[in-house]
Amino acid sequence: MMPLTGKKRTTAAADPCCCSDAPGRGDAAASSCCDGSASGGEDSGQPCCGGPQAPAASPMARPGYELHPFVETFRTTLAGPVPVVRTSLDRRDFRGTLGARLGYGRDGYRVAPGLYAVGRPGPDSPVLVTADYKLSFDALRRELSGIDAWILVLDTRGINVWCAAGKGTFSAAAVARLVEASGLARVVSHRRLIVPQLAAPGLDARDVRRRCGFTVMFGPVRAADLPAFLRAGNRAEPAMRRVTFTLSERLAVAPVEVYHARKWLWWAALAALAVSGIGPGVFSLAAVWERGVWLVAAILAGLVGGALVVPVFLPWLPGRAFAFKGAIAAGGLGLLTVLAQAAWAPAAVSSAGRLAMVLVAGSLGSYLAMNFTGSTPFASPSGVEREMRRAMPLQAVGLVIAAILWIISAF
Amino acid sequence: MRDMRYLSGVASISLDVRRCVGCGLCEAVCPHGVLALTEGKAGIVDRDGCMECGACVTNCPTGAVAVTPGVGCAAYILQVWLKGKAKASCC
Repeated sequence: MMPLTGKKRTTAAADPCCCSDAPGRGDAAASSCCDGSASGGEDSGQPCCGGPQAPAASPMARPGYELHPFVETFRTTLAGPVPVVRTSLDRRDFRGTLGARLGYGRDGYRVAPGLYAVGRPGPDSPVLVTADYKLSFDALRRELSGIDAWILVLDTRGINVWCAAGKGTFSAAAVARLVEASGLARVVSHRRLIVPQLAAPGLDARDVRRRCGFTVMFGPVRAADLPAFLRAGNRAEPAMRRVTFTLSERLAVAPVEVYHARKWLWWAALAALAVSGIGPGVFSLAAVWERGVWLVAAILAGLVGGALVVPVFLPWLPGRAFAFKGAIAAGGLGLLTVLAQAAWAPAAVSSAGRLAMVLVAGSLGSYLAMNFTGSTPFASPSGVEREMRRAMPLQAVGLVIAAILWIISAF
Repeated sequence: MRDMRYLSGVASISLDVRRCVGCGLCEAVCPHGVLALTEGKAGIVDRDGCMECGACVTNCPTGAVAVTPGVGCAAYILQVWLKGKAKASCC
């Protein structure tokens, strides 16, 4: 039974004011309804659960299907309704980007493969192909504001364009399969696909044509250059065909390595503390604290030097080999750690121990910097292999000598 | 990318100019400008810029370009050494 009140009520307030705890998106009517009952006024008999009322379900939502927040509406085509996506990113997209960049939630961060649209595309509008990795998809759609185009999202198992090309999932066969499955030939009257240039290692343009009759044009490397590319009649300036590795690009890929370090950092720290306890009195807990913290600090110096300083200062660090750059950067941080130790607790570590600290930082940083090659757009496998064959024995020797020095320095 | 160079003299790229038909696809797909067309024929103009991605090889219609393609990723190469090529995986 609806509680009787003498006051004429709005439609919203006449509904039972029971809402889920969906945060902060109520309309004025809903919030006034809840406020009324909460204040114990006329509506005090009204059941009111949680915060303000959530918005009504989208008319496009279907049972069993989740409507992605980036889908604005649907466009009717001869191949069925095609989701039209927003060209602006919202808080959820940025949150997802942050997660993927930092390393958590990076796997499985993908959109459903298939045909999408931006703007109000027609049969003559260009078709842009991309990967199903959400960062790739977001990078593309955010550059397409004011452009009418179709987007063909390929099933690359949540991997970006370049890596998917290397793995063989961004291939002519996959493109041809999706062109067939999406009914693209009924949606557009032309037979052209614009494929990102970085798909070229895995995608043979002529093979796409053989398989599905669509001609592949390689677009620019960066989605940001697409508007200019389209304006120029699908022509790429030489600069649009070159990869770059600017500071912001380097910063975007660096945090993942630091995040991955969590797998071994605790064990390394524990090992460092354990080794630090060995001394004249067999094992000393006091030494674990006094000396151990400094060895852990040296490990952190190696991590920061190899996984953060090297990416940021890559063009300015001496040498070509990443292992060398890492040894310099992290060894330098190791020296700073030694200086801090000498100033803070001069008696805690002897000079042999200090040498061990620099060696630990340098060897670890060298290894981590070498690992960064995979995140760069210019290291070649032949080069990385050569670098590894030379550097890894040195890194191992460095760590072993450091361990011996550290233990000796306790006596 | 002239300001960021990797090791010199390691790239495995080679070009058989006799087989080149001058289509220009290698020039278009190379992200480092390693190959360029001069007088209707491709040429290697920046060998040390090559990162061996294999884009030119995949798209050359006559098989004029050759390279040992792969990913320049230390973690991947280490896995290949330890587990073999079949079980190695990269990011």
